[in-house]
Amino acid sequence: MNNQHITIVSFGHFESYFLNRIAKEVSLVMNCPVKVKDGHIDLSDFFDSSRRQYDGNKILKQIDTIYSSESYRTIGLFNVDLFIPILTYIFGQAYLNGITGIVSIYRLSNERYNIAADENILLERTIKEVVHELGHTLGLIHCHTTTCVMRSSTYVEDLDQKGAGFCSNCMDLLKEKVG
Amino acid sequence: MTKKISILVVDDEESVRDSLYNWFVEDGYRVECADSAKMALSILESECFDIVLADIKMPGMDGLEMLKRIKALEKDIIVIVMTAFATVDTAVQALKDGAFDYVTKPFDPDDLSHLVRNASKQISLVGENEALKQKVATLESVEDLIGKSEAMQSVLRQVESVAQSNSSVIITGESGTGKELIARAIHANSPRKFFPLVSVHCGALTESLLESELFGHEKGAFTGALYNRKGRFEMADSGTIFLDEIATISSKMQVELLRVLETKSFIRVGGNKEIKSDFRVICATNKDLKSMVETGTFREDLFYRLNVVNIHVPPLRERAGDIPILVDYFIKKYCNSMNKPLVTIDPSALKRLEEFKFPGNIRELENMIERAIVIGNGKRIYLRDLPIESSLIDSSIESLDENEKNHIVLILNKYSWNISRAAKALNIDRVTLYNKIKKYDLKRSEK
Repeated sequence: MNNQHITIVSFGHFESYFLNRIAKEVSLVMNCPVKVKDGHIDLSDFFDSSRRQYDGNKILKQIDTIYSSESYRTIGLFNVDLFIPILTYIFGQAYLNGITGIVSIYRLSNERYNIAADENILLERTIKEVVHELGHTLGLIHCHTTTCVMRSSTYVEDLDQKGAGFCSNCMDLLKEKVG
Repeated sequence: MTKKISILVVDDEESVRDSLYNWFVEDGYRVECADSAKMALSILESECFDIVLADIKMPGMDGLEMLKRIKALEKDIIVIVMTAFATVDTAVQALKDGAFDYVTKPFDPDDLSHLVRNASKQISLVGENEALKQKVATLESVEDLIGKSEAMQSVLRQVESVAQSNSSVIITGESGTGKELIARAIHANSPRKFFPLVSVHCGALTESLLESELFGHEKGAFTGALYNRKGRFEMADSGTIFLDEIATISSKMQVELLRVLETKSFIRVGGNKEIKSDFRVICATNKDLKSMVETGTFREDLFYRLNVVNIHVPPLRERAGDIPILVDYFIKKYCNSMNKPLVTIDPSALKRLEEFKFPGNIRELENMIERAIVIGNGKRIYLRDLPIESSLIDSSIESLDENEKNHIVLILNKYSWNISRAAKALNIDRVTLYNKIKKYDLKRSEK
């Protein structure tokens, strides 16, 4: 995509090997170097006590303000339950044609649905969600191709059905947009 | 070719507007936001949206009141109401007032996508239904284009070749020759066939009505403008507009029409927003537009803009050879529509029809056959069933020579100027016929 790098900023006390594997896979899909760094914000500022969830809109804005100037694209990675005012929850969100996106693994793990933990599945889902949000920052909208990473996913089953890569149409659009 | 669905989000909370905006933009919709009912109504007055997603509880005018006003303004718009305070009563009231659906905030992400997808499906189904109705009407009427005569075959060849282009067409011909059918045939064979063919009979409307009909109007633009209304140019987007009796439009409308044809954009009566529309224009007239240009009653620039291709539809008397198949076609058409068994036509009645001049052209022939089927005995159409007995002889012509000349022209045209066949039908020899042609200075029509 670009010689500049993508940064994944970690806000969730993730194991370093977990972050490094995400960075490696995302780098392969995006054809761009990916760096990982720790981030520091006070999440209690974004907690909505009536919903017992964290406001995704406000967090995205904050991450964009602090980190967007540091790299080509930035993804904030969390482990809290995110919402936006109109939706009961979100896996992640990003500024369309912007710099920044956020992803939370909170609803991506099997344990959340009373299924045996599977770290590989969690990793795959997280990679897909990170690439999806990066796609939005690069101007891609939702795609109807079943296997494309830009297909809209509201349940983890949707995430499991799609692939981690872009379909040929989205790839062509990306080439048009970023060369 | 599918159009991007447009959504207007109305909510007093900025975070809700932003969230919905981002969500729908990522889904590929065109989205705009309003922070109040008042602002939404003002946007809707100048811009069209497919879906309005509105909060019920807003300061000032609430969502239910806004829903009523939107429906009064634009009946077909889909309104989905949402609220954080759901009660059965408000839901029922919203649906009674014309809301498409009702949702409670916050929604499950999947519910929101489904809701808008259903609304989009409804919009495309309504659009498809309209387009299909148009197409069926177009195809049904195109079947009426019948004729084996050389004159008609030449017209059909022109239709075929011009259909694929995007050029403006003027169809000329006497009243009742089927000019609108030619327009329908061009549209039905063109790449625009999946989109509407919108017909406007310019001669039937006054200048102000025609203006509102063509360009549409905003609510309150004039007395009786109770709703915003799309004009014919807007309705013909991606399709074809057929302007019948184009010669009757006023000089003011000629200027307006020229501007629209050049820019493919216009403003609704009483509105201020420029609307773009991609249409092809086909016009028809029974007048000689060129001489109207010479006398200054029709704008020369408009004439040349419209007259890229000219198709002349011959009068029925110049293709009398087509009468038997047209009669056969109309018999089948009306017997079927009246649920009657197929009737036949008596040879002497058919012969009279072939000799008749039909000043009203095919329309007159069609009406005659329809009438004969209604009043006839249900088995056979006789001469007495046709209203031509007394009108066959033109009483204004007293000279025997004049009558002879007219009859020879009729027979020559009937047999496409085949001298042997025409002479045989006239029961004279070929030399006599040649002499008569010379005597009356008869010439084969070019058309």
